[in-house]
Amino acid sequence: MSTNFEVNGKKVSVEAEPRTTLADCLRHELRLTGTHVGCEHGVCGACTVLVNGEAVRSCLMLAVQAEGSQVTTVEGLSNDDDLTPLQKSFRKHHALQCGFCTPGFITTAHALLTEEPDCDADRVRDVLSGNICRCTGYIGIVEAVLDARQHYKDQAGRK
Amino acid sequence: MKNTFIGTPMERREDLRFLRGRGEYVDDVAMPGLLYAVILRSSVAHGRLVSIDASKALRLPGVHAVITAADMAGGSEGGPPIVPMRLQPLPQFKPFEQPVIAHDKVRYVGEPMAVVLATSAAIGEDALDLIAVEIEELPAVADWQTAARNESILFDKQGTNRSLVFEARKGDADAAFADAPYIRRERLRTGRHYGLTMEPRGVMATWDDAKGKLTVYGAAKVPFFNRRILSAQIGLPVEQIEMIENDVGGGYGARGEFYPEDFLIPFAARHVKRPVKWIEDRRENLMTMNHARQEECDLEVACTRDGVILAIRGEVHTDMGAYMRTNGAVGARNVCQFMAGPYRVPHVKIDSALWMTNKTPVGTYRGPGRFEANFFFERMLDIIAADLGIDRIALRKKNLITSAEQPYPVAHVQPTDAKDQYDSGDYGAVLDRALKEIDWPKVSKLQGKRIDGKYHGIGVVCFVEGGAAGPKETARLAVNDDGTITVYLGTSSVGQGVETIFAQIAADALEVPVDRIRHVHHGSTAYVSDGYGAYHSRSTVMGGSALLDAAKNFMTALREAAAARLGCAPADVTLDVDHLKGGGKSVALEDFAGLTAEGVFLNHKHTYSYGSHVAHITVDPKLGRIEIVDYVVVQDVGRAVNPLTLRGQVIGSLVQGLGGAVLEDLKYDENGQFLTGSLADYLLPTATDFPNLRCFVLEDHPSPINPLGAKGAGEGGIIAAGGCMANAVANALQSFGAEPRELPLSPTYIWELVQAGQRKAAE
Repeated sequence: MSTNFEVNGKKVSVEAEPRTTLADCLRHELRLTGTHVGCEHGVCGACTVLVNGEAVRSCLMLAVQAEGSQVTTVEGLSNDDDLTPLQKSFRKHHALQCGFCTPGFITTAHALLTEEPDCDADRVRDVLSGNICRCTGYIGIVEAVLDARQHYKDQAGRK
Repeated sequence: MKNTFIGTPMERREDLRFLRGRGEYVDDVAMPGLLYAVILRSSVAHGRLVSIDASKALRLPGVHAVITAADMAGGSEGGPPIVPMRLQPLPQFKPFEQPVIAHDKVRYVGEPMAVVLATSAAIGEDALDLIAVEIEELPAVADWQTAARNESILFDKQGTNRSLVFEARKGDADAAFADAPYIRRERLRTGRHYGLTMEPRGVMATWDDAKGKLTVYGAAKVPFFNRRILSAQIGLPVEQIEMIENDVGGGYGARGEFYPEDFLIPFAARHVKRPVKWIEDRRENLMTMNHARQEECDLEVACTRDGVILAIRGEVHTDMGAYMRTNGAVGARNVCQFMAGPYRVPHVKIDSALWMTNKTPVGTYRGPGRFEANFFFERMLDIIAADLGIDRIALRKKNLITSAEQPYPVAHVQPTDAKDQYDSGDYGAVLDRALKEIDWPKVSKLQGKRIDGKYHGIGVVCFVEGGAAGPKETARLAVNDDGTITVYLGTSSVGQGVETIFAQIAADALEVPVDRIRHVHHGSTAYVSDGYGAYHSRSTVMGGSALLDAAKNFMTALREAAAARLGCAPADVTLDVDHLKGGGKSVALEDFAGLTAEGVFLNHKHTYSYGSHVAHITVDPKLGRIEIVDYVVVQDVGRAVNPLTLRGQVIGSLVQGLGGAVLEDLKYDENGQFLTGSLADYLLPTATDFPNLRCFVLEDHPSPINPLGAKGAGEGGIIAAGGCMANAVANALQSFGAEPRELPLSPTYIWELVQAGQRKAAE
């Protein structure tokens, strides 16, 4: 069936079976392969995208449920020219190795810092505990998110 | 210009694509005309496969084919091809190797029985329900003790469930025990873990009928070796098979070994002459990727009364699962070879038995056998120290191998004739450093103390980590059209950052800015003449040393070519960023586009990095919950090429080890049914579990056996985590007389230790 929504600021119309997850739709119909599928049961968080600004597991949401929504994937949080401040912070703190879980951490951290740019280390750990990384041991990821707070505070101040 | 990129904590070049969602993992590769493979797996742990009827499934619209053992031959007795062992390929193991698909028996839950090819994975999964399978169930062998009774036999013709016994020997342990003034004997065991990768496994294959060429995507770890296996199984020369390494979402020893699907998917593509892709789901991954670790030991240590270790003796039993897989024997071999770790033990006699059970087969997982050995032996040391009334740090220092004793020989293992020796190091110095970093004078006062209802405990352990497996690695350098340089490696990436590391090494060797190294390509079989891959912490040492040789050959070729143009002697030619200079003239490097040179590094010796872990934890006796207050790892790696990524290796592997120490356990019931088929059942560490970890990397003792002086260092964090945490728990719960003898240290197990201590005190 036909489903219409916005992905990374662009209107899309997809033909997806009702049982198709949003994750599979993004990856296979729209070819946005930055969103990764790690468990398909909502535990690992690799498939996290933003739906109307909220971090959502796209493996637990059907594509048809995205009707009328604004979806943002890791591609939508990136640009060609340079890494974003959050991405730079991940790179600086070596917050990724194999990179498979990384898009889920970027989207989750972006949603957190947009809502709570003043969050402390415990809050960061608490929110990130819904995403699994098997390579880094999380120390670098938490440092990276904490270090990126200033940028989000500046952004919030400008609004 | 003399570069110092080696030793600089450089940010990774890989990150630029991963952070923007531009990595290309095997499931990201699109291919027109693709069919999706879905695999029917046994739900029975042990049984005779009587029949498979796929006729209904074949009538489902969208289903293209269903492949079973009947479609293939190639094995020794006319059955399907067998997956041969890669490491320790002993003839004794042959009868226990895995067929690529079940044909006469099923031996574990998850064993492949049929492959459905459909126009979508969803239709393929629908089709699984339409395949009728008849299996005559047999009694399951769900643990090594049941296996040892040999009542239900997995491999009928063998008459035994024991595939081998490794014998580790040094000196004359029995004689040493006969005269020993003190002997302590304990039975200890570790849980069943695995190198869970966040990216599930995947294979995509295309078949070019006109050229007779097979292309396999999703290759990882050991693509050249796997190509040789596939070549023999499928009957194609290696030149007609290309293995392509895409981005790889984690390895840890488990990913990239040759699994049944690594035959089934290429076979299917050739069978139907269409591209075929298979991506496993997480449940499949949990029940089919190599399991590891589950070992039990009965260990005796003989000492003098003042704590000098005289000898060790004992038996180890490994629950191997249903088949001998490619590297399945490594853990059972390592556990007996390295039981003594960094300690001076003159007499060793350990038998390590490999038992076949109806579980997912075993392979390596980061620190194979070494994690287990460290837990067993370090636990023994603390128990002995308490028993003899000796300070446990003094006991360790008394027995640690000194730098004057290097190179130090370890036990000799038969029947693989494995002889080895540690290369260099001052093991006592890293222990001192770790104690200094944790502030031992202060924290030692907290040992066993109860504060706010929680008991404080300190764990102290030492370890060695083997690395740099030979026999060979290959590297190649080439000039690009724009005058930049590309590096090609026979080793592989499993996410560890080799593109950055090899760019650093190449830039230093050629004395050019690091951005002149345009690309670093690795893994795929088209890049170099031969490659050995990424395992045994070998990539940096072996690949990096090969790269130094390639750089030498490359400069020789470049100088000769340039000398002809410049009209000077080759020795007078120098490379200056993007020009070659000599005889007062200059020529652009891009004029030599296409010039290439290969180099190799041959090595039959291993590096041994080493270190200490010290953990300060609290234990809640009511909830059995452990919290880490502070955890220090000190590791001497000889030479750190990139301190940033090395720290990532140490901390990352430490958290994996803490997962195994506290959380992870793959469970089966007595019928061999798999009980931990989701990430809600198999618990992995998350960001809240282990926040307070610190690591210190030293470079005091470079390896004498390679030109970089580097030692393999990807596993030191994991190896000692189980032993350290168990010792910390014992130290915290000393007032209960608690001595943990198994991993994981689950809340239930800790609570039971406390309860047992309280019952004993009440008696």
